[in-house]
Amino acid sequence: MLIKKPELIKSSQITSETVYQNRRQFIKAAAGLAALTAAGFPSLARALERYDIPDDLPRYPGPQWLQGKISASIKDSAYSTSEELAPYYNAITHNNFYEFGTDKRDPARYAQNLKTDPWKVEISGEVAKPGHYNLEDLLAPHTLEDRIYRLRCVEAWSMVIPWLGFPLADLIKRFEPTSKAKYVQFTTLLDTEQMPEQRSSFGTIDWPYIEGLRMDEAMNPLTLMAVGVYGNALPPQNGAPLRLIVPWKYGFKSIKSIVKIHFTETMPASSWNVTAPDEYGFYANVNPAVDHPRWSQATERRLPSSLLSPNIIETQPFNGYGEQVAHLYKGMNLKQWF
Amino acid sequence: MVLARKTAFKKVFSFSRWWLVFLLPLIPLGLIFWDGFNDNLGADPGKYIVDELGTWALNMLWITLAISPTRFMFNWRQPLRYRRMLGLYALFYAVLHLLAFATFLVGWRGDLLLRELTQRPYIIVGFAALLLLLPLGVTSTQGGKRRLGRNWKRLHQLIYPISLLVMLHFIWQIRASFKEQLIYGLILAWMLGYRLYQKRKSNMT
Repeated sequence: MLIKKPELIKSSQITSETVYQNRRQFIKAAAGLAALTAAGFPSLARALERYDIPDDLPRYPGPQWLQGKISASIKDSAYSTSEELAPYYNAITHNNFYEFGTDKRDPARYAQNLKTDPWKVEISGEVAKPGHYNLEDLLAPHTLEDRIYRLRCVEAWSMVIPWLGFPLADLIKRFEPTSKAKYVQFTTLLDTEQMPEQRSSFGTIDWPYIEGLRMDEAMNPLTLMAVGVYGNALPPQNGAPLRLIVPWKYGFKSIKSIVKIHFTETMPASSWNVTAPDEYGFYANVNPAVDHPRWSQATERRLPSSLLSPNIIETQPFNGYGEQVAHLYKGMNLKQWF
Repeated sequence: MVLARKTAFKKVFSFSRWWLVFLLPLIPLGLIFWDGFNDNLGADPGKYIVDELGTWALNMLWITLAISPTRFMFNWRQPLRYRRMLGLYALFYAVLHLLAFATFLVGWRGDLLLRELTQRPYIIVGFAALLLLLPLGVTSTQGGKRRLGRNWKRLHQLIYPISLLVMLHFIWQIRASFKEQLIYGLILAWMLGYRLYQKRKSNMT
């Protein structure tokens, strides 16, 4: 077929040598500015973005209070992968966020007006300090980190994405879970006004979307609460304003637009597990040895892929994070607990 | 003189209608090319193309199957003349769908292709439907019809089980919504149900 391979980088986007040199100097100057910004000039924050976002694409700066936090974020994490990032455009237009539609581009089309500020999060269940918190207050004590993770979808595609967030463990500790807290359950916003698919009579998911983690999974340093991506706030289609990132599990575990964090003694009934228990387990660890009935999990297509040479790569156990998380499942039959 | 002009007009008219029916089903393919040239296929262009081609194979098959019941219900005679062409378009899109799958999603890796064609139930039924559709396309010519005689009709009644396999191929891909599958399923139920009803009626008389 004579279909042109979609160019990942248009010639107009290739940086010339002089611009590149200037950019190095700009970065040096920007480093000076960074000190200023941290001292309280959030309006300068946008000049300090480390990710190239083409001018013709929408940016999501987020509320004022978040911009300050973003500019003060830690830039280099030992947990980051050095693999090539998915282009920003792809990350904000290829989303599974079924509250806004089943097509990959639906969330980018229909989520833009989602009201994400102000945002409240309920902390409940087996904790010493339950309550309703404004997102700003919830995030106040935490320093954001830039972390580049592999994201592996259960549909056998993957992308490398730079998130901005902080360890979920740090958040959990603040609310002092009791000894009965064995699992954490997360709930996405239920709002039929704003989320059209929640009104659909043909959906297979019983809204709101619910996900969960075992306590030790939630406390693992890899598990992130994300509020941003590509050096900006989260776009609505990517789960603004607060989402979970669990890089060693299939993407559907990384629940979006969280309004409730609940601590329980029993395993939460997670949405996909309830919808199709033979297809989606509670654990949903990336595992090339256990196939989904519809998709093989042995390989994945790393996106963006070009037409004539699909980027097929071997899927790694625990999405390549085995060193950090394999011990959590010692002695468990992962074929049974898929 | 007037009569001659009238037949000439009629000739041109039916000729252009043939072209219309021939060209219209190529529009979806044209749009895929257009989007391809404009870099508008998204992050997963291969998957998008495979899905579009599959949808149009399905659409063409459903349109082909709709011709007979609509003929009886609304007494339309014309579309029957184009049924073969529309059926061939269903095959055309189905073949492109498979080729696009093998090229863009599997990269013609033999091990992966074998795995997909033998282990994924929804792919197995889709592939079976295509294999069954092939002989129908090959024997769709006047020559094929003549050579097969009475068997031609029996062979081409395979289109009914094929449509059920295609429906299964589609249903087994339901994830968060079954809206499309429900719509296509209801239309198929009507199209096949109407045929059964017709058959019973003619058996009784």
